[in-house]
Amino acid sequence: MMTAGVDVGAKMAKVVILKDGHVLSRAKGLVGFDILKSAGDVFQKALKDAGISRGDLQRVAATGMGREAVLQKPPINADEVISEVVADAAGACQVVPTAKTVIDVGAEEGRGIKVEGGKVRDFVINERCAAGAGTFVETMARALEVRVEDMGPMSLRSTNTIPMNAQCCVFAESEVVTLIHAKTSKDDIAKAIHDAIAGRISSMVLRVGVEKDVVLIGGVALNPGFGPPLEKELNTKIIVPEYPEFVGALGAAVIAANPQR
Amino acid sequence: MAQVKTQEYWRWPEYRKTVSGRDWHKADIITAGVDIGSVGSKATVMVDGELYSYAIMRTGGVSEDTAIKVTEWALEGTGLEAEKLNYVVGTGYGRVNVPFAKRTITEIACHARGAHYIYGPTVRTVLDIGGQDCKAIRCDERGKVLSFLMNDKCAAGTGRGLEVFADLISVPISELGKVSLDVAQEPPPVSNTCVIFAKAESLALLRQGWPKEKVAAAYHSAMAERIVDLLTRVGVEKDFVVTGGVTNNVGIVQRLERILKIKPLEPQMEPILAGALGASLFAKALYEKEQGLR
Repeated sequence: MMTAGVDVGAKMAKVVILKDGHVLSRAKGLVGFDILKSAGDVFQKALKDAGISRGDLQRVAATGMGREAVLQKPPINADEVISEVVADAAGACQVVPTAKTVIDVGAEEGRGIKVEGGKVRDFVINERCAAGAGTFVETMARALEVRVEDMGPMSLRSTNTIPMNAQCCVFAESEVVTLIHAKTSKDDIAKAIHDAIAGRISSMVLRVGVEKDVVLIGGVALNPGFGPPLEKELNTKIIVPEYPEFVGALGAAVIAANPQR
Repeated sequence: MAQVKTQEYWRWPEYRKTVSGRDWHKADIITAGVDIGSVGSKATVMVDGELYSYAIMRTGGVSEDTAIKVTEWALEGTGLEAEKLNYVVGTGYGRVNVPFAKRTITEIACHARGAHYIYGPTVRTVLDIGGQDCKAIRCDERGKVLSFLMNDKCAAGTGRGLEVFADLISVPISELGKVSLDVAQEPPPVSNTCVIFAKAESLALLRQGWPKEKVAAAYHSAMAERIVDLLTRVGVEKDFVVTGGVTNNVGIVQRLERILKIKPLEPQMEPILAGALGASLFAKALYEKEQGLR
């Protein structure tokens, strides 16, 4: 049986094609102004990499912020839509079967999910405040005038702890500028930024409770500077699977393959 | 490469004024209040409890320097010097950084006291919308604080949020409120709370072809609703007044009035000065106490 999961996020679209529990291909790309077109392009690429066509897929499930845009619309023609929380739980338990807590940090949202055998037991979401999402690190990278992918490695070079007072992304931007003027090293500022977002995410996740194993997924999981302060805040080891940004799409593909759930 | 000149739409005018014709040489007590806000700094000079001169400028990177500059600017051209001030009180976010202040007093107390001075003893609810925070204050007939609520954690509902928006739609901040009222019908408010997300949402609306005015209306209306939420939690009792830098934005003030169905009192002097005025009045009282005058 072949299925696909399409995760249309706030920033990136991710597609996973699954055949009998094995991943045939993965593709991702930026979501532009035309959601259907940009997600469709990513979908076509995944099909091409897998060497199949849409007709070979028994079912396609869509998740993510833009999921409704691709429902029953070509080229994706998704058969169903699944909430991000449900898709995350299914995907995380597929890659880490012992997972009990899933932390998903995307571009514009953060989620903490308690799971058991691929099913959701409880969850908490932040979709209102940019300070607990990937946008925070991006905005701060702009203020520091460095590339966002350099932020994590920079923060890991610092051993100093500078507290950030601002909780808001807009206020933190001014605070970063003040720190630059005070000649604080960019590495130290990068660490302060990662400590701040880790603090925000941990206080959100603690509302549902943290039970081992803890799995970190979503695009922000690719940032090597984020895991260490989060582990410190939550006082537990965190597993970051390979391809963490594809876990939601994988979950959707898993659910699409399993109709009697 | 051609130099691209970018206009700073968020930048608001800085100025000083002497408002009283009194001769300070004949005064008994000269005091000053220095309000170092997170975005703007204000200094007011009072002669025998009456506003004499003031200055308003942007808070710089070093609060101490700003405190000295704004006070000297308020005194400029009056013949007065900082040494002649009998008592100075510092207030605002940077109040601990006013080098010549004898005392610091919280901006909550100063805003209530200043609002009482500007609007009179009937004031019971003061809404102060500043650069990086928003406070709803209940006070008594003497201008004493009874209770308050404050948002200083989130840029939504503060002047900073308006600065970000002014830059986005390329409209000078001083025009922004007027522009937001230039719509035939009020559009639905922007749905995101967070300034970062609201900015992205506004950009999407502009791309959809909404005119600037309509997007501005949606943004202002969301901001006004958020402020009203804070205000209703502390309770609104008449008379109601608005202070702080955002009073210069008519789009916010008129929408507050529309939602609350209460007309705020008309100010007799610039409501952005409320914090500094309160500090000057406290300075006078403290000086009198110090000198055994009361």
